Amino acid sequence: MHEMGIVQGILAASIEAAEKAGATRIKEIKITIGELTEIQEFALQFAFESLSPDTLAEGGRLTVSHLGAKSRCGQCGTEFEHGRFEIICPKCENFLCELIRGREMNIDAIDIDTPEDASEDATAHGDAADE
Amino acid sequence: MEIDISRPILDRNERLAAENRERFVENDVFVLDLMASPGAGKTSTILATIAALRERYRIAVIEGDIASSVDAEKISAHGIPAVQINTGGACHLESDMIQRAINALDLTELDLIIIENVGNLVCPTEFYLGEDAKVMILSVPEGHDKPYKYPNIFALAEAVILNKYDTMSVFDFNEDEFRGVVKSLNPGTPIFPISATKGLGVDEWAEWLAGRIEAAKAARAAG
Repeated sequence: MHEMGIVQGILAASIEAAEKAGATRIKEIKITIGELTEIQEFALQFAFESLSPDTLAEGGRLTVSHLGAKSRCGQCGTEFEHGRFEIICPKCENFLCELIRGREMNIDAIDIDTPEDASEDATAHGDAADE
Repeated sequence: MEIDISRPILDRNERLAAENRERFVENDVFVLDLMASPGAGKTSTILATIAALRERYRIAVIEGDIASSVDAEKISAHGIPAVQINTGGACHLESDMIQRAINALDLTELDLIIIENVGNLVCPTEFYLGEDAKVMILSVPEGHDKPYKYPNIFALAEAVILNKYDTMSVFDFNEDEFRGVVKSLNPGTPIFPISATKGLGVDEWAEWLAGRIEAAKAARAAG
């Protein structure tokens, strides 16, 4: 249920950046979530649908990229991908490894419409379908 | 038009946590974030820890609950400063709540703050509060298979307390399997079997914590 708070963070940062750029609308928000976080994408999408109306992101899309977990062996330095359990170096079977990927929760970018986009659309006679 | 943002989603939480951290370091206070399910014995474990360490350290407690101040009252009754945070429905503590709580404490008069997080095995793992260590408690009646269901909290805990160990004979708890799966998630983490209300095993846990506090003090003294 903490996805609500996460989406509030996503919207706050996106809207701040969009307003700074003079956006009229946020079309897409791109985020990256590591597989070792406790984040469920369906809960994120549900929270986004609930919280985005009446903001610049209303009607926009939340695109989630997932990043698999990766660790570096503390003994031989091998880097290897893994799941949540059995984080053991495949080369030397050492289990003291350092996690180097998998706990990310980042906003990468937003795709916005600006007033210029709106006037370009008008000159193109509403040819505003998604490119 | 695409605009690059490239920043953590929990940016604000991380920033405030870093501010908390700075104040803890300045005042040489060690901060423990204690996480567990509701009913695992967080408050009892805190009371047992206080009993074991109060002669050595000046301790305060920050109590996080959805509502009520029953836990803070239990701690205050033992003459320990306690601040209650009511999250009003939120399932975890965030660093701005901790910031308000520490404003109510005199950090110069403290060596150790124990934060009792909201009873939950999922959400508290994602929020850094500025603490030195996260520790989790599992109680025997919850079952040895909990780490399969909630792996993240076991992976992040610097130590795992196995509470209500005195009830082992009544529950079908496979300790070997439990130790095995915790090791697969978090190889170096120690497991401390205790009975908080009976005081069993508390000394080993308290010594580990004292060791961490001394190590942090030494690291701060060294600059």
